[in-house]
Amino acid sequence: MAMSPAATRAAMPARWQDYLQLMKPRVMSLVVFTAITGLICANAPINPILGAIAVFCIAVGAGASASLNMWFDADIDGMMRRTRGRPVPAGRVQAADALALGVVLSLFSVMLLGMTVNWLAAGLLAFTIFFYAVVYTMWLKRSTPQNIVIGGLAGALPPVIGWAAATGAVPLNAWLLCAIIFMWTPAHFWALSLYTSEDYAKAGVPMMPVTAGPASTRKQILIYSLLFVPICLLPVLTGLGGAIYLAVAALGGLVFLVLAWRVFKSRAGEAPDERQDDGLYDVKAGSKDARNLFAFSILYLTLLFATLLAEHLLGLPAMGAVL
Amino acid sequence: MSDPNLESPEAARARRGRNIALALGLGLFVLLVFIVTLVRLGANVAQQPF
Repeated sequence: MAMSPAATRAAMPARWQDYLQLMKPRVMSLVVFTAITGLICANAPINPILGAIAVFCIAVGAGASASLNMWFDADIDGMMRRTRGRPVPAGRVQAADALALGVVLSLFSVMLLGMTVNWLAAGLLAFTIFFYAVVYTMWLKRSTPQNIVIGGLAGALPPVIGWAAATGAVPLNAWLLCAIIFMWTPAHFWALSLYTSEDYAKAGVPMMPVTAGPASTRKQILIYSLLFVPICLLPVLTGLGGAIYLAVAALGGLVFLVLAWRVFKSRAGEAPDERQDDGLYDVKAGSKDARNLFAFSILYLTLLFATLLAEHLLGLPAMGAVL
Repeated sequence: MSDPNLESPEAARARRGRNIALALGLGLFVLLVFIVTLVRLGANVAQQPF
């Protein structure tokens, strides 16, 4: 009997690259970057090998939670253009294998971090994996338009874990790094969802543009941007950031606000989404402002953390803590 | 007619790739445990009064 193409695909053993894809390597690289920033900014004398192991564990933990996310979300991933090529909905990896990979790597990363570095960092990593895989993926994502606002905490915690790994404590400055990413997330994701809302609606995911409409989303992007930019300046007051950081945060923040204002005044999200399969940035004219904010938000966050990292690595003086 | 129980060359390649990746992963894990032991044990030994 001839096998159907789908059956042939299912019977084929997955390639190792498929398992790597389950761990969302691009997200993992951002997690590594912010975790390293937390670890270095802590200014604590940690053995470099143990520091590297801590970052490795945080990366593996992020990969584990991504794998659990892909296991649980395979049904809706298969309905969206951006995600239907992922290993589980495409039939290259069995859902049970993605689950097993996620569980095994979660246990591995938390236990290794606890036994080699410290249990505060391991506990925070376990909480982050739980928050992303269970609270965000299984509960919030399909039930509320505030999904990415609350769920953003999972993406904001890696610098705190890095800080905890270096010092065994999580002071105010560690939570400031967390707050910056947490407050950055809504504007970043809603800008993206303004021009991918058709996909989310098709999959029944209650993203803000789907439930509250594009106009309300654009207004909320502006409100969150107005809250986000001042928070980016706070590290200067606590002595975490120096003069270069102040310049980058202030100038970049200004650009961020201008772009958020443009999104607010635009008709982003109103026009039908006519993107091609591969063109995440190939959007209609009305959504270009949303795309610009989305792209700049990535650059701005990267610049903020890179500046903090550079200042601490080069030993540049802080401006003097006020708080 | 081809034997349905026979593994196709493509499937064999995929399996071989996975096995190599798993072997490398296990090897790295052993190396990791060895290095961590040296670092942790070394630090403790250095603090012992002789």
